[in-house]
Amino acid sequence: MDLTLNAEELHFRDTLRGWLLANVPPPWTVPLKSEESKRAHLEYLRAWQRMMFDGGWAGVSWPKEHGGRGITIIQQSIFQEELALAGAPQQLGVIGEGLVGPTIIAVGTEAQKQQFLKPLLKGEHIWCQGFSEPNAGSDLAALNTRAVLDGDHYVVNGQKIWTSFGHVANWCLLVVRTDASAAKHKGLTCLLVDMASQGVAVRPLKMMTGDSEFNEMFFTDVRVPVANVLGKVNEGWGVALTALGNERANLGTGLYMMFKRDCDALIAKAATIQRNGKPITDDPLVRQKLAQAHLDLEVFRLNSLRTLSGMNNTHAPGPEGSILKLYWSEMNQRNAQIALEVLGLSGQSWDFDEGRWAFNYLRSRGNTIEAGTSEIQRNIIAQRVLGLPRSY
Amino acid sequence: MEFDLSKPQRLLREAARATLSQNCPLTRVRERMASQDIHDKFLWQLIADQGWVGLHLDENMGGLGLGLVELAVVTEEMGRACLPCPFLATTWAATLLAQVANSDSVSTLSSMAEGSHTASVALMDQDSDWDVEHVQTQLNPTSAGWQLSGHKTMVLDAAEVDTLLCVVRKENEIAVVSVSTRASGVKCTPTRVLDATRKLYDVRFEGVAIAQKDMIAVGDQAILAIEYSTRVATIAACAEMLGAMQWIRETTLDYAKTRKQFDRTIGSYQAVQHQCADMLLMTESARAAAYYAAWALSVNAPDSNKSVAIAKAYCSDAGREVAHRGVQVHGGIGFTWEHDLHLFLKRIKVCEFLFGDASWQREQIAKLILM
Repeated sequence: MDLTLNAEELHFRDTLRGWLLANVPPPWTVPLKSEESKRAHLEYLRAWQRMMFDGGWAGVSWPKEHGGRGITIIQQSIFQEELALAGAPQQLGVIGEGLVGPTIIAVGTEAQKQQFLKPLLKGEHIWCQGFSEPNAGSDLAALNTRAVLDGDHYVVNGQKIWTSFGHVANWCLLVVRTDASAAKHKGLTCLLVDMASQGVAVRPLKMMTGDSEFNEMFFTDVRVPVANVLGKVNEGWGVALTALGNERANLGTGLYMMFKRDCDALIAKAATIQRNGKPITDDPLVRQKLAQAHLDLEVFRLNSLRTLSGMNNTHAPGPEGSILKLYWSEMNQRNAQIALEVLGLSGQSWDFDEGRWAFNYLRSRGNTIEAGTSEIQRNIIAQRVLGLPRSY
Repeated sequence: MEFDLSKPQRLLREAARATLSQNCPLTRVRERMASQDIHDKFLWQLIADQGWVGLHLDENMGGLGLGLVELAVVTEEMGRACLPCPFLATTWAATLLAQVANSDSVSTLSSMAEGSHTASVALMDQDSDWDVEHVQTQLNPTSAGWQLSGHKTMVLDAAEVDTLLCVVRKENEIAVVSVSTRASGVKCTPTRVLDATRKLYDVRFEGVAIAQKDMIAVGDQAILAIEYSTRVATIAACAEMLGAMQWIRETTLDYAKTRKQFDRTIGSYQAVQHQCADMLLMTESARAAAYYAAWALSVNAPDSNKSVAIAKAYCSDAGREVAHRGVQVHGGIGFTWEHDLHLFLKRIKVCEFLFGDASWQREQIAKLILM
């Protein structure tokens, strides 16, 4: 056990740190209220992705032959940490780089790799994933969007929901049913769909936060070339699981940095507040709550490091990713609640800190639902880690 | 960066597990529980012969020159075996002595490592907490040295050990003095705490003579030595809780896989599965926190003091929770005296409060993060 960075890891960190220092653009400050400001923000993010590509920092975890740096998972963690420390813009291509790209590399054809990987890294292609449906959430394999072969095209009809980046994406990794007569896990296929195709409609889905972070997507007689089947026909479930495995494993460090900003900001804010003429940070109950938020976050960091270190040795994301997902989602809910308790009623005002704590509280309610509910994560832990039988 | 145990550390774990499972079955622990003399001298000599007493101390102090991660490895296995020996107390005292080593203490440390000498630390006054600065027990000067009168509480294994390192005030300064438990004027009274495999004592000192050679440390040196050794003992307590959590988690899982109700194993019900999943999450999170603290303190990382408080706060809360869930999944049998679960629940329960419970640790964290 030795948590210090080795020479190679230190070299990677210092090289990256130097590049970020010279290249990170000033932070975006314009409120995203008008359509025009949203478009400009998108171009700002796209330009950043292009800079990352030109600097050789896009797709760093990918193998070298596909344009990446082939870095270890520990270096990926350093990468996320340094980006956050440098105040770098959000990564536009997070679904493409983290989820779609690795899946194309794993099971795609040579032609697909040629066509998709480079534009993805350059930020020319922004990807979304079309997995969940109104009647297929936790039970994803029950999905019902149909694709019927017609000559050298599949014709797609159906509806997807909870699509991140759906409104800005120009490509979609879509899971469809190609064999309605087969058992539900066996008749699925993954398609790479051009979002500009005739018959694709995207509608923003408004959350309880008031924001529209996700979308609904409607597919009406959308024609997708057979060449855009990813993996084998009717073997799309395995492909989807490959993609989701990457989703659960990749997020730890980036999430930690995001939650840490909130936790540090809460502590800094609390230090400025007086109640009845006394600093609230002198109140033993407030001190207990702030310390609890801090320690909960640190235990998440240590869990992440331990999982990363394990993956670094086994080279595969395991079901342990479910323990991390369960931990961070419930921790963020606990800490969003602590923020409201520390700040008092004014903390939940949309006018207090630009609504940061109100938003965090509401947004955190989705954490135990998205990317697999806590109930599903506990089932995965019980059955795949602890070896308990399938349950209902 | 490597979070997992190294190969030698894994081998140490295997050796400790094998030795303890062979020599310290729970039937033996129950025999000690039922007797007046809790300290199992055969087991103590056995672990001393393995070199585990003071294994984290330098070789010139009788140790093996290993680190705090290795200390956590063997202590975790002792928790898993519910070992009835004064290991925690002696580790605390030996670490304190090693911090202020002189020729006398080196010879004492060697005897401790050989198993022929045991010790504990008497820190808390009857009305103080785990903060060394709150100690008020006074040394009174005499012509030959000093005289100690006072009342220490919750002293680990006091009557079972040979020496007490007693934290006192010498005028206004904190000091540590060494007192033989057989000295005239020392009276140890057991308190009937939950854990019947480990005793805590009220210790009264009535005019105990303290000579210059018994003065171990004074002032800042004393405070630093007490604080450091208490952190090491806190890590050991976390590791012990972790071992107990691991035993409860595994035993509960085995039970969930075999116990049948409504013609099915209870582990096939989601309500039970989710309890088991939570027990795994809490145990593994406690493991990450405890071992990180051990590593951080051993390399003197910038966050080492905070990491010990975090580990103790998390392990205290999670240990209690895992024990409770274990009882719940077992149902009625888990509530009986006959079942071994309560041995581990009680071991955890006392460790939860030793060296400061989660609330006390959170206040230590608050002091570090709130300017």
